[in-house]
Amino acid sequence: MKKLLLSMFAVSALSAGLFISSAAQAAEVNVYSGREENLIKPLLDRFTAATGITVNLITAGADELTTRLELEGANSPADLLLTVDVGRLLRAKELGLLQAVDSDVLESQIPAQYRDSEGQWFGVSLRARVVVYDKERVDPAQLSTYEDLVDPKWRGQICVRSSSNIYNQSMTAAMISHHGVETTEQWARGLVANFARDPQGGDRDQIAAVAIGQCQLAIVNTYYLAGMMNATNEEQREQASKVAVFWPNQDDRGAHINISGVGLTAHAPNRTEAVQLLEYLVSDEAQTWYAETNNEFPVRQGVPVSATLQAWGEFKADDLALEQLGTHNAESVRLMDRAGWR
Amino acid sequence: MGKHVSLLAVIVLCLLLSVPVLTVFSSVFNSSDGVWQHLVDTLLWSYIFQSLQLMLGVGFMVLVLGVVPAWLVTMTRFPGSRWLEWALVLPLAMPAYIIAYTYTGMLDVAGPVQGFIRDTFDLRFGDYWFPQIRSTGGAITMLSLVLYPYVYLLSRMAFLEQSVCVLEVSRTLGSSPWHAFTRVAVPLARPAIIAGLALVLMETLADYGTVQYFGISTFTAGIFRTWFGMGSATAAAQLSAVLMLFILVLVIAEQWSRNRARYHHTSTRYSHLPRLRLTSWKMAGALMYCLLPVLLGFLIPVLQLAWWAWDTRALVDFSAFSQLVFNSLRLAFTAALIALMLGMLITYAKRLQPGLPMRTTTRVLGLGYAVPGTVIAVGVLIPFAWLDNSLDAWMRAQFGIATGLLMSGTLIAVVFAYIVRFLPVAMNTVDAGLGKIKPSMDDAGRSMGLGSWQILRLIHIPMLKGSLLTAALLVFVDVLKELPATLILRPFNFNTLAIRTYELANQERLTEAAASALMIVIAGIIPVIIISLSISASRPGHDKRT
Repeated sequence: MKKLLLSMFAVSALSAGLFISSAAQAAEVNVYSGREENLIKPLLDRFTAATGITVNLITAGADELTTRLELEGANSPADLLLTVDVGRLLRAKELGLLQAVDSDVLESQIPAQYRDSEGQWFGVSLRARVVVYDKERVDPAQLSTYEDLVDPKWRGQICVRSSSNIYNQSMTAAMISHHGVETTEQWARGLVANFARDPQGGDRDQIAAVAIGQCQLAIVNTYYLAGMMNATNEEQREQASKVAVFWPNQDDRGAHINISGVGLTAHAPNRTEAVQLLEYLVSDEAQTWYAETNNEFPVRQGVPVSATLQAWGEFKADDLALEQLGTHNAESVRLMDRAGWR
Repeated sequence: MGKHVSLLAVIVLCLLLSVPVLTVFSSVFNSSDGVWQHLVDTLLWSYIFQSLQLMLGVGFMVLVLGVVPAWLVTMTRFPGSRWLEWALVLPLAMPAYIIAYTYTGMLDVAGPVQGFIRDTFDLRFGDYWFPQIRSTGGAITMLSLVLYPYVYLLSRMAFLEQSVCVLEVSRTLGSSPWHAFTRVAVPLARPAIIAGLALVLMETLADYGTVQYFGISTFTAGIFRTWFGMGSATAAAQLSAVLMLFILVLVIAEQWSRNRARYHHTSTRYSHLPRLRLTSWKMAGALMYCLLPVLLGFLIPVLQLAWWAWDTRALVDFSAFSQLVFNSLRLAFTAALIALMLGMLITYAKRLQPGLPMRTTTRVLGLGYAVPGTVIAVGVLIPFAWLDNSLDAWMRAQFGIATGLLMSGTLIAVVFAYIVRFLPVAMNTVDAGLGKIKPSMDDAGRSMGLGSWQILRLIHIPMLKGSLLTAALLVFVDVLKELPATLILRPFNFNTLAIRTYELANQERLTEAAASALMIVIAGIIPVIIISLSISASRPGHDKRT
């Protein structure tokens, strides 16, 4: 009995220690981030150093964080929702979880196509989804557009990850915006017919598969390739050296672009600090950091990019306003289900 | 009267703990906007087929990897058998998603093994055959390698506790040792083996990390695809409810098939186990058989992780890293203690009052283990947020004080989710131990004037020591490995080893993830070895000196 009481006491003491929440601080801002800690914390630390505002961070999948935000309701401590794709921001807006920010800085710095017309979310970096090809076996003159990837000449030659992946969903959603559901479904079927293997792994795996000759082409986001080119692991650098980037659709609408972006939550308790952080994210310092550290393209014009990105040259980006993707995300998933894109 | 009050208290407690599971179930009554029709038209059947395939494969493999070695190290002696007794449990410390990352890094088309083959024989991809690691077979292998220890542990415990008399009787009746194993020992150990198998199958169904990484469309993968891709949380919760119903049917079917058989020991006379001496050929065979799971499920992946961790050691920030270790350990410790106490309380209440109310509530509670962590997390978020917000509204109305969110977003919510998810592990383990204590022991105690509480303390707890320790440590290790619920429910600026590992691996930086992955395994090894040693010592009449 004594032992049991003792252990119960131990548990309560331990729990008390665990659960005492830190006292509220003077100036702080709370961020729910879909971007992993090591890819965002250094930047937030710089913000804190510059302004004295503490940034509290939780990272998880953007969908889970959106659900948490929704359930916590008006009492949620979150000020900003940060995601690595536009689809999640659109959904958060649709659910009424965001509020409009009226900021001259944001409106003047961020091109209109990469932000919400009502000011509920803002893109802070650009992520291009392109084709990479085997330098040895593919003549880039044969490549042209995303649409051309369904051509039978690529039968069994294309690697791409699962359609559960949000980048594929956004790419397909953009395709729906341009061509409508029916044409896009035809395209998805054609693409599936050209797959070299069942979709598996991440974007780096697709690049590696091209490097070792399992496929000739892969559809990937550029920063994965840049990450491999600059990896500590020698093998990854070698694999990256065997492939090259092709910018699709340069003669018409341009390459598919997604954003990482931020929205102010509807009930943000620290509105002023949150807007300050939002504006910091498009500052010269932050934009350069995105380009240098994460190898993403700055959302602002005229910010210098890393040598790796420069080497790929200028490219034409799809000028589709990303808010147009709207509800196409769910439709794109259904469409890929029907097309057999796993 | 007092008895009824305490029974009621236990039932209320169980109901409280069932809230997340019931929350998920309640989604059945919501509308899901035609998502179901779409699923039936496209992928539902493939989800079901893939999940069944995975369950059958894993179920078969864990029996092969778990029961036979348990029997071999308990009943025979061969070189290394003492060492293997505890080494066979080691893969338990290895999270499934980590072993999957590790083997993929080694064996995938672009990995070093296939690279070596291509370089050595000057081949190109497609010129040679190599098993595809990212496949259903690969997932079955990965899950089996880290989950078989549940079956091993529980069946070994059962073999150790079996009375030698039964086995000797079977031998005098002319059974060969093999027959004694298949016809007597295994059937007698059935509740324990099934308990282990049930844990394995539930964990298999709940797994998302491994199947997602391998691109296998199981039912659980479908739940998340529906939720995230189509933004339909309702349809996802409904899919989870279907998953739980499926488990419920399995559990009930198993209990029904046991019919009225009971598995108490008939004799309390224990002598030393007569270990079989094996011939040299059989010795070598036994050694190989028992060594294989340890090698594949532990040694090889740990060496690979250590290699990677060494490669990337410059990137590790030690003060941040030790904070991660501390966070992981204290969460695991707290959850293990609470789960142990609740598990004991509830199983004991069920023993005293085995009526329908207790049986139903414990069964609902037991489902938590089969529910993917993310779904449990949402099941925790909903009632916690509701409670917090209602309290806040009431306090504002009554006293003009805003209390905000008191419990949501604290570690209370995190630990609560752990309890919901892992209490079944503790309950199953304690239950298996308690089931072997004859009711006549309770009667004897009662006839000596002891109350229920005293019987528990003076008779059951001392006899159950091994099971109780095992229960606590299993939860401890499970919490160390837990990822999704922690990820979603945690407070600001709070990280664990599992989160760190996942975030790096998710960016496809396997080598950088190795340091924290290795640390999870190391932190899990010590409790795992304690479990194993305590089980060896748990045999009644076991002489500590031998």
